[in-house]
Amino acid sequence: MTISQVSFGSHEPVLDVKNLTVKYIGDTRSTTAVDRVSFSIGTGEVFGLAGESGCGKSTIANSIMRLLKDPAKIAGGSISFGGKDVLAMSAEELRRFRWQDVAMVFQSAMNSLNPVMTIGDQIVDIFTTHAGYSRKESLRRAGELLELVRIDPARLKSYPHQLSGGMRQRAVIAMAVALKPSLLILDEPTTALDVVVQQEIMAQIKELQRELGFSVLFITHDMSLMVELSHRMAVMYGGRIVETAKAQDVYADPRHPYTQALMGAFPPLAGPRVPLTGLPDGVKFRNIPDLTEAAPGHFVAPFGADASVIDSTDFEGAAR
Amino acid sequence: MSHSLMTPSAASKTSTPALEIRGLGKSFPIGGLFSRDSVRALHDTDLTIGKGEIVALVGESGSGKSTLARCVARLEKPSSGEILIDGVDVLKRDRFQASRAFRSQLQMVFQDPFGSLNPAHRIEHFLRRSLAIHGKGGSEEQARHRLEELMTTVGLEADMLNSYPHELSGGQRQRVAIARALAVEPQVILADEPTSMLDVSVRIGVLNLMRKLRDEQGISMLYITHDLASARYLADRTAVMFAGELVEEGESLDLLANPAHPYTQLLVSAVPDPARAGSYDPVRRAELRQAVMASTHCMFDGDPDQACSAEEPVRHRVGDPENRHWVRCHLYRPWAAAGGHALASEPIQPGHPASTAQDEASA
Repeated sequence: MTISQVSFGSHEPVLDVKNLTVKYIGDTRSTTAVDRVSFSIGTGEVFGLAGESGCGKSTIANSIMRLLKDPAKIAGGSISFGGKDVLAMSAEELRRFRWQDVAMVFQSAMNSLNPVMTIGDQIVDIFTTHAGYSRKESLRRAGELLELVRIDPARLKSYPHQLSGGMRQRAVIAMAVALKPSLLILDEPTTALDVVVQQEIMAQIKELQRELGFSVLFITHDMSLMVELSHRMAVMYGGRIVETAKAQDVYADPRHPYTQALMGAFPPLAGPRVPLTGLPDGVKFRNIPDLTEAAPGHFVAPFGADASVIDSTDFEGAAR
Repeated sequence: MSHSLMTPSAASKTSTPALEIRGLGKSFPIGGLFSRDSVRALHDTDLTIGKGEIVALVGESGSGKSTLARCVARLEKPSSGEILIDGVDVLKRDRFQASRAFRSQLQMVFQDPFGSLNPAHRIEHFLRRSLAIHGKGGSEEQARHRLEELMTTVGLEADMLNSYPHELSGGQRQRVAIARALAVEPQVILADEPTSMLDVSVRIGVLNLMRKLRDEQGISMLYITHDLASARYLADRTAVMFAGELVEEGESLDLLANPAHPYTQLLVSAVPDPARAGSYDPVRRAELRQAVMASTHCMFDGDPDQACSAEEPVRHRVGDPENRHWVRCHLYRPWAAAGGHALASEPIQPGHPASTAQDEASA
């Protein structure tokens, strides 16, 4: 069984990423931000990508949307969406691909709304530009969309500053699903929000996902949130995937020391207080090898003294 | 690794508290130059931190927890109330601005370790300056020794003293910020979201460092956060703030296991926890929101120690006195305008009693 064959939904993956490598090419030196990353997302599946800042997870999202700008270059690998080669799309094909096939909600997307246009006008724009509806028809659909995310359609006439952060984020999600895309990419959709609002937005996304049946690529550093929402997940470190499995399996049995450190970074809400360690400063993994199947459907990059070079005295000893 | 996890410091119950806040209030004027309107960010807040005790202050953004920190740090002038450090009212002692004596008793650690260290200086400069200003340096040799000692205490290599901030990771910078606070040998450290800008994998390390400082040096701390799980992990006691007022306080484990106030219940139920699948219940959520702003009954009705009151923020005791757990009477109506901000995310549900109150409040 290879990684791309494991998926939660149907056997036909919506998105198939193979050996993707992205480099940031500078004048004097280049950095590999994403290094031979492979994963696939099935129909109706929620796939989580976890890792901390700089590990390459947003670069992957931007590669899928073909939003990478210089100096970033896709140096190798393939991305196919519903059998089509995303990397070979022409400008016109990309225009249709974005928003209609794949939509993306960015981090602090609520600040991406145009402050001088009403919410209604901004949603109408999507329909008239991408779907070619009349203005009247677009307005009707815009009202329906807001109702879908439980915002009063009367708010179509509101400007973004008249809505709370949570409502704005909801409106942005409504806009993302406006054209019924088959894949929704969520890049840290709730980091700028409070816990209470965060939970409501996540519940909303789950509900929409069940209703409309799209697949989700969910990017966050919050492991607890990810395990709650995702069917399957991958943990990234330094541009490499170090572990991938069903979210519940990763939660119950994290195998890579980095995954364990990420899990240990979130103290539990119940049970006795147990000292946690997290990842000590200065510990680094180098030359992460390809994944191997450690248990059925549970892939882990081999680690240990030989496989991943740890850049400190030793992992246990440095934990303080 | 020594952790005194289960024992809140015994000294805190007997001696003079390290920090005591009495009736602290702060209003900010809003509107134009001639406007008399003001927004009440903090109202009549009492909070005590014993010697060697870590107290967490939790709440959503806009609940007033940072205003409290800024007032206590004297970066903001409180509108009313008293701040006692070691039993001395510092607002009376230094009327106009914080004195150096005050700064040597209380130090702050800020949220953003990328903004709080001047990029033009080496790490040594920050620590040396703290020592020099507060006259703790002594001879060159003593100062050098102290610098190295500080770096060791916060878990950094002494040769990092020659590094510039940009050469350090976020976690390392926050450790430098803590070392800078420690240089002054303060009694109280005020930490305002010290881990929220750090990468997740190093957050725990900073929390462990804070606990170690308490255990080994007896420093008291006010830990301000919106992360309930980390409050539970680090703090002996936790206080919950809503709309500029405290609604509940108690021993951290007990408070989070038995939250008595609807607002605390709301916060606890919102924390993602994979062990508690399917935790979100929109109906229950709407009930809690309603109860936060306008509860019609109090679960502590008939409390022999404190009669319920809708006007006064009466405190009822919850459970074993050992846990020092109290909750504000549910009947007390919070300032209506405040709720609009803190609970503004409510989805509009036509016909629900909470939605009308919500609209008025947010208008």
